[in-house]
Amino acid sequence: MKLLRIATYTNPTKFMRWSAALLPWLVGATAVSLAVGLWLALVVAPADYQQGDAVRMMYVHVPAAWMASLVYVLMAVASAVALIWRDPLADIAAQAAAPLGAGFTFVCLVAGSLWGKPMWGTWWVWDARLTSVLVLFFLYLGYIALVNAFDEPVRGARAGAILALIGAVDLPIIKFSVDWWNTLHQPASVMRMGGPTIAPGMLWPLLVMGLGFTLLFAALLLVRMRTALMAAKLRALRMAEIARADERGAADAVAAPSLGSVP
Amino acid sequence: MDSLDAFLAMGGYAKYVWPAYGIAVAVLGGLIVNSVAAYRRTRRALEAAQAERPRR
Repeated sequence: MKLLRIATYTNPTKFMRWSAALLPWLVGATAVSLAVGLWLALVVAPADYQQGDAVRMMYVHVPAAWMASLVYVLMAVASAVALIWRDPLADIAAQAAAPLGAGFTFVCLVAGSLWGKPMWGTWWVWDARLTSVLVLFFLYLGYIALVNAFDEPVRGARAGAILALIGAVDLPIIKFSVDWWNTLHQPASVMRMGGPTIAPGMLWPLLVMGLGFTLLFAALLLVRMRTALMAAKLRALRMAEIARADERGAADAVAAPSLGSVP
Repeated sequence: MDSLDAFLAMGGYAKYVWPAYGIAVAVLGGLIVNSVAAYRRTRRALEAAQAERPRR
């Protein structure tokens, strides 16, 4: 039953142990799925009957867009857990995820822009989908800046968690923007009610790339969380060192004048 | 060689397709390098601090 208890995984010592055991497998699975995904996307997948080979940008743009939202969902959930249960590992998870989410969102925006130029005739348009994803990118950057703006890490983490939760309103706006408004961006063709409308020959490469991006995120998240835990331990060691030095200093200060005051 | 040229030409969309893949490799590769470097730096510093004072 111990395996079913969440604390079995979120206790920092135990986290360090299971993440170390899992990481090599995660790295291997990431490498394989990205290699297969790239081969499927660039070689095996057919050219589109309208877009030709330009459609191959989809295999970068769409998985990056999925990750942009998925990472933010994880960050918002971790922030809620951190605020409600004061779980320090949840703060660490949210902070480790933020730069990764920003990176995926940036890739999504740039690849989308490159795809937009030949297909729509423009690099950028202020339609609801593109604008709400740009807002997501700035939410990631704002979160990172806010967390680091405080001298006290605990207060920075608290402020960041609140921003992450408020920013979560952007997620449904991104998802449904293509249905609510008249956007130049096309509506969903994979994650939609009634199943995907995209051709199977294009769906598979897309899913494998999506898996590769997800595994890469998981591996990097664990590496960054492990780094943060080691950094916290290092800080604690140094604080203890300073406290000990202060004690010695105080003892010397008390002892020194007493020599002179002896009559 | 012709098939390689055709592959690289991406049906005339080379100047859009390759930068799209390039930016993904650059950004995700950068995140990998940055994450691993910070991990190694922190682990070395922690090991040095613990070696200085072996008893807890």
